[in-house]
Amino acid sequence: MKNDRRAEAKNRLRRTMMFVSAQQPGLMKDAWIYRPDSIIFDLEDAVAENQKDSARFSLYHILQAVDCGGVERIVRINGLDTPHWREDVRVSVAGGADGIRIAKCEKASDVQEVEAAVEAAEKEFSTEPGRTLLMAAIESPRGVLNASAICEASERLFGAAISGGDFRKCMQTRYYPDGVEMAAARGNLLLAARAAGVQCFDTVFTDLGDMEGFRAEVLMNKKMGFDGKSIINPRQIQPVHEIFTPAPEEIRQAEKIVRAIRENADKGIGVFTVDGKMLDIAFLPGAVRTLALARASGLYEGEL
Amino acid sequence: MKNAVGREIPDELLVDGREVYRGNNALDGKEYVKAGPKVRSFVKPQESKVLENIREAIVRCGLRDGMTVSFHHHFRDGDYIINKVMAEVAALGMRNITIAASSVGTAHDPVAKMIEDGVVTGLQTSGIRGGMGEAVSWGKLSTPAILRSHGGRVRAIESGEVHIDVAFIGAPTSDEYGNARGRGGKSDCGVLSYAMVDAKYADKVVVITDTLAPFPNFPPSIEAVDVDYVVVIDEIGNPKKIASQAARFSQDPRDLMMAESCARIMAATPWFRDGYSFQAGAGGPSLAVYRFLEPLMRERGITMQWAIGGITQPTVDLLNRGLLRCIVDAQDFDIGAVQSVHTHPAHYEISTSQYANPMNKGAFVNKLDFVVLGALEIDTGFNVNVVTGSDGILRGAPGGHPDAAAGAKCSIIVTPLVRGRIPTVCDRVVTVTTPGESVDVLVTDYGIAVNPRRPDLIDAMKEAKIRLSTVEELKDRAYSIVGAPDDIEFYDRVVAVVEARDGTLLDVVRQVKPYEL
Repeated sequence: MKNDRRAEAKNRLRRTMMFVSAQQPGLMKDAWIYRPDSIIFDLEDAVAENQKDSARFSLYHILQAVDCGGVERIVRINGLDTPHWREDVRVSVAGGADGIRIAKCEKASDVQEVEAAVEAAEKEFSTEPGRTLLMAAIESPRGVLNASAICEASERLFGAAISGGDFRKCMQTRYYPDGVEMAAARGNLLLAARAAGVQCFDTVFTDLGDMEGFRAEVLMNKKMGFDGKSIINPRQIQPVHEIFTPAPEEIRQAEKIVRAIRENADKGIGVFTVDGKMLDIAFLPGAVRTLALARASGLYEGEL
Repeated sequence: MKNAVGREIPDELLVDGREVYRGNNALDGKEYVKAGPKVRSFVKPQESKVLENIREAIVRCGLRDGMTVSFHHHFRDGDYIINKVMAEVAALGMRNITIAASSVGTAHDPVAKMIEDGVVTGLQTSGIRGGMGEAVSWGKLSTPAILRSHGGRVRAIESGEVHIDVAFIGAPTSDEYGNARGRGGKSDCGVLSYAMVDAKYADKVVVITDTLAPFPNFPPSIEAVDVDYVVVIDEIGNPKKIASQAARFSQDPRDLMMAESCARIMAATPWFRDGYSFQAGAGGPSLAVYRFLEPLMRERGITMQWAIGGITQPTVDLLNRGLLRCIVDAQDFDIGAVQSVHTHPAHYEISTSQYANPMNKGAFVNKLDFVVLGALEIDTGFNVNVVTGSDGILRGAPGGHPDAAAGAKCSIIVTPLVRGRIPTVCDRVVTVTTPGESVDVLVTDYGIAVNPRRPDLIDAMKEAKIRLSTVEELKDRAYSIVGAPDDIEFYDRVVAVVEARDGTLLDVVRQVKPYEL
């Protein structure tokens, strides 16, 4: 039962993961009203070095006091090379965060080190063991090369995200609208994540004035197979949700596929055709995700 | 006596025919005689109306202790007229003057001192802010201020409830005979709608301008036939504060989210059809509604027939794009609106009487389909306060809010659930300025509530799959975030009365007790 719940939590819909600085309680309190799929309360780069304590304090109270209406609450902790991250983990677990985003993740042991700290915190604060999920942020060439091991490092890990800012710096390049500078990193991380069966998220788009550029990048994300995007402003939510919304034909097709797979499974048939195309159980997750996307967009109210 | 919104109105205020508010349409069909001013003939040909200065005009008008003077507020925060006139009134040693202005604000802080000195002992206005608001709230005015909506002010003047002895009308341009316009000069404000009724009903009318135009300055907003004197001064206002640069759409995601909800709500009703009518306030979320209406209108292939109210660039843009057939304009808030009213053939100036007087048989507000308005507070009875702050101090303006809310088929209030540490949705507003009977939908950043008096709208929202909360749920949510506010403490003394648009008493504002730790 517990594992079912965790599987459900790990696979929930995450089209938009919105960063909010933990240094600004006023923003944290209201972040959920814009209905991103997930909020990432940021203790890392958005918090000044001498404000880490107060940000943690605010974050704890927001996690405890604010009903985010079912929106997932992730905390981005400081890097493992800082003196802050262990306390970040304790506060996140004590507050009841749904997950932790590990900044600057470079190797599988980074995930495991955080996992150990999370386990200890869950014990310390009597939180349900295994409740706090993890995600890895890959920000360096080493992280990209180790992506496969990172994605398989923990049962708690639900996904990995590529972080463009630091990665571009490492690669001695900058942002280009066609995304060529990130092509290898995006592709590699996607392969690693899919192989490990975890979700994969693209980096933030920082130019809030360029909504056309943003939409183009999100469209590319969708075509590549990303599950969603890290975002920095509520204005970016709607375009992502729109682009990730399946077309009516895709919804109808997904419904047919789910129905056919269930009916044939009841009859003990493994392989069959729908509209002349061969289908088997492997098509189920994709069709289920399409229906979940459609449901989240208000376009599907069926039972499947 | 308790009125229809549950407010206790002291009996001593119920004199001279004053009644308590009994509901929006309680006075429908009431007969009244229109007031007539006592005018002075102006027979001698060629005699000039132009006087040396404001002081001479005051003297020639026979202004004296105890009289009432009127002003308009088209110059908004850039107005110099009230201060200049009142400085002369004070210098002449007059006392017990009543100011009947369409609105007063921070630009008029110097007049607050005159309240303390007894020069000004009466104030009747549809908006009060800044030093004047504080002076009244602290009990410095010797008689209760009277707060009326724009429509209510006109009604009071036309019915003789307010008698203006001298109207001082600032005009961007005027000829020497008194034909005055809101157009041209150094202080172009677009229209002079508030002043039109003052010119018709005041005993004496003085036009004050900083740009003398050749005769005839036509077509005039204020006709020379009503004008006694013209005074030319160096500056009547600060142009930068009269009409701001084009109002920009808010980029605040919270405003945009609420604006989108408003547009969706409008689109879910039966009145969102070809030829609908609309008024939006000038606040961020209200203005942003235009952005979301446009694609919905294009999608349905419909256009708006007319828009009224304070006019802004977004209204003008809709007109220029062919999605709006005409604008009827009682005040301009930005340069785009000012320029449009002077140039676009379907952008019309109207008087405030046409705009909102509920008793004149033809108010535009009564033909509105939709209005989107803001609020300082709204309570669980949907009563709205737009005049007193959370500290009980007067710092707002009912303006056309109660008129448009009462007149429209669907009135939408849009406001964030909390502001800073103050809950906007609350158990009981400090002051009722728009009765809950006039309010149909509340849009907040945390959810939408429809007034239970409107089951038709509730059904329409359900049909459109718009998620609704109850107003009580929104209030509880607000209190869970910032806590339930302590009641403000007041003395018994009434410092202002709030009239409903029909002139009945909606609420009173009492003197605030200073806060003590």
